[in-house]
Order: sequence, then structure tokens, then C-alpha cells
Amino acid sequence: MPALSLSVRGARIAFGDRVVTNDLTLDFPGGRTTCLLGRSGVGKTSLLRWLAGLLPGTERAQPLAYMAQRDLLLPWLSIRDNVLLGYRLRGDAAALGAAEPRARHLLSEVGLGHRLGDRPEMLSAGMRQRAALARTLCEDRPVVLMDEPFAHLDAVTRLELQDLAARLLAGRTVVLVTHDPLEALRLGHQVRVLSGTPFRVGPAIEPPGPVPRDPSDPVLLGLQGRLIADLRSAA
Amino acid sequence: MRPLITAIGLLLAWELLAWAAGVPVYILPPPSRVAVVLVERFDLLLEQAAWTATEMILGLVLGLILGAALAVVFAASAGWRRWALPLVIVSQAIPVIAIAPLLVLWLGYGMASKVAMAALVIFFPVVSTLYDGLRRTDSGWLDLAHTMDARPRAVLLQIRLPAALPAFASGARIAAAVAPIGAVIGEWVGASAGLGYLMTQSLARGQAPLAFAALFLLSLLGLALYHVTDWAARRLVPWQSPQGE
Repeated sequence: MPALSLSVRGARIAFGDRVVTNDLTLDFPGGRTTCLLGRSGVGKTSLLRWLAGLLPGTERAQPLAYMAQRDLLLPWLSIRDNVLLGYRLRGDAAALGAAEPRARHLLSEVGLGHRLGDRPEMLSAGMRQRAALARTLCEDRPVVLMDEPFAHLDAVTRLELQDLAARLLAGRTVVLVTHDPLEALRLGHQVRVLSGTPFRVGPAIEPPGPVPRDPSDPVLLGLQGRLIADLRSAA
Repeated sequence: MRPLITAIGLLLAWELLAWAAGVPVYILPPPSRVAVVLVERFDLLLEQAAWTATEMILGLVLGLILGAALAVVFAASAGWRRWALPLVIVSQAIPVIAIAPLLVLWLGYGMASKVAMAALVIFFPVVSTLYDGLRRTDSGWLDLAHTMDARPRAVLLQIRLPAALPAFASGARIAAAVAPIGAVIGEWVGASAGLGYLMTQSLARGQAPLAFAALFLLSLLGLALYHVTDWAARRLVPWQSPQGE
């Protein structure tokens, strides 16, 4: 898969008089995971929606897959059909048929290989979010945008899903928005802090070592302390 | 258990009132007389009930199909919505009872005018509940579909329509509750069969117990229609409205 990088040049995001950001220039290196860290309400989600072409009057730059905080599984479809949703909605029968084995494979990768025919309500919150991850990956897009994808999960489930995501997203250009410094440090090749109104983007922080990083690593914990201080002073 | 006790209590009170106050049978027959007539004339009553039930069911099915189709057309096409939606709303201002004689004039004394009548009264709740459901699709689902380059028609049929089915099920329940009104009004205005027809005929001849027996069966029919629809709606639409924000 070609490692597409993603660039933002002089972007402005505003809702009426409320300016979220102005003259934003930002690069997301190809094939790597960039974590955008910021407090609630700073405009992280707006930036992600802007990148996805979901804000009024915006067009997205290239095909991408989007994963939201909520799993957004359709309750009337089986887990397998939910994972294949994109192919169903594009109405290309040949592509749908070709993607079917891929959907099965991804579901077994996320540990749901035995739940293909189940409906979402029969699954726990962690399982549903894993199914949503499989759906995001099944789209097979070079760019993946993730909006606090693990925020609703308990701590242990969150760590497990971070490991899984880091493994399965390897090689893609990922932009992951989070308010959790530890999550950013575990998953990001690069971490950037968003702060202020309108927000500015801080310099790229590159924690050492491959992702997913060990949450008990003292270097990581030191960086976490620094990030929290950054977030605090930014207010 | 409690509703049963309440019903038996009310029937007893009615029976006592009818005897004690000496109300003539052709005004207020006691429940015991109605029960006797119900048994004696059971064949006649059953035949008329089957006729009315057919009218109700056909009217319900027709109204559900037409109402659902129009709601989908409104959701899919702004042009249709702008031209036809005001018309649908204005049509509700005309009292149904006023249209009944016209339907009998155009469609005759047979079953067709009653089916049309029942379909007409349930049409509006069905259109409005389903159309409302189609407009309130969870924006998260629509965003997801947008990033997937979904075709608009696929979004309508595979996301918005199934997501609106719980709303449609509510509409169908209301429809099942009011469908008997349409059928019975149709029979009162002009008919040659049915429980409503039997009621007007027997009241005119001073046979109040028979009219009450017909009324009793009519209530049973209405209850049955509602509960069967409710059961079907639960079975066919097990999921609830979209997950909360």
C-alpha cells in the first residue's frame, strides 16, 4: 500500500463567528500514526471532520476510512454485514463478493471470528468497538481518521484495543484524535498538542521505540507528565 | 388479573343497574340478555364479523402500503415533498365522516368503499410517522456513509429506511387502532353487510341486545387487530430507535 502523506495548507475552520482555527498548516507523515492531543472542546473533532470532508462546504482530499467514538454499528445487520457496510453502500456486487473473505479474516484478527452472524446488541461495548475497527480496516483505505475511538471503554479493554489497533493499522497514514496523553504516547509515531482559541498545533513530539509502547515505560511516563503540564498551561 | 376483575365488576354493576332501575331492554339491555343473544345468533354475528374483519385488514394493509410508499417518496424527492406534502396535510382537515357518503357513491355499497375508508383514516398517521423517522436518521450513520462514498439511494434503503422502521411500527400501531373506525363509519353510511350494518339495522328494529352483541364483537376485533399488529411490529423490528448521542 502506498504510504500517502496528508497535508493541510492555510486551512480555516469556523462555525459562524466562532473561529476554531485559522491559517492552519500541518503535515501528517505517510505510513505513520499522528496523534492529536487536546482538551475537550479545543477543536480536535472539528479538524478531523474537516479532513474527512464532513463539514459543510468541505471536500476531503482523498479516500479515507473514518472511525468515530461511537461504534455506529447498524443494529439490524450482522457483525459481518456491518464490517462490509462500505461495499454494500457503494452497491458494487463484485467488490462486495471479493471483500467477504477479507471481512472474515479481519473479524478473526480482532477476536470476533466466531461471532460473524451475531447482531451488535449481543456484543459487549469492547467487542462492538473491535467490530468497528474491523469495519474501518475492511475499507482498506491508505488514510484512516480516528476520533477518540477508545474513549468509551474501560481501562483494560482500552489498552487491549490500542495494541490491536497499532498492529492492524501499521503502514497506514493514521490521524488519531484523543484527550488521553497516555493513549497518544502509546500509539503515535508523532504526538502534537492542540491548544488555544483558535487552536494552534504544537511541535511534533516523537517518543522513542516502536508502537504500541509499553504503558509502564518510565520514558513514556515522563513524557506523559510533560504533556499534561503542556495541556494545563495551554488553557 | 386486575383488568378481568374490573371488567366483571363493571358488568355486575351494569346488570344490577338495568334490573334495579327498570330500564327497558330496547334502551339498555342487561349483559345477561346480550350474552344470550350472542349465543343464539352466533352464526349471523360470526358471518358479519368476518365481513367487517376483512374490511379492516384490507384497509389496514392498503393504508400501510400507500402511506409507506408516499413517505419514502417524500424522503427521496424534495420536489414531490414540496408539491404533495401540503396536499396530504390539507386532506386531513376534511372530516372523514364527510367523505364517507362520497366513497359509497363512487365505490358502491360493497366492501370497496369500506376498505377505502379504513385506508383513508390510517393513511396520515402512517405517512407522518414514517416520514418523521426517515428525517431523523442518526447523523453519525450518515457521516459514516458519506466517508464510505455511499450512493444516496443505498443510504435511503439500507440506512434511513431500516432506521425509521421503529417509527413506522408506532404508526402501524396507531393505524391498527383507528382502522376499525374507518370500516364501521363506512358501514353506517351505506352497506349491505358487516357488524356496523348489523348495529344500525337491529337498533332500528328495537333489537338492542343484538346491537350490543355486535358492538361487543367489534371491540374484540379492534383489540385483536391492535395486538396482532403490535406483535408483528415487535417481531419484525426488534431494534429500537438509533443509539443516543
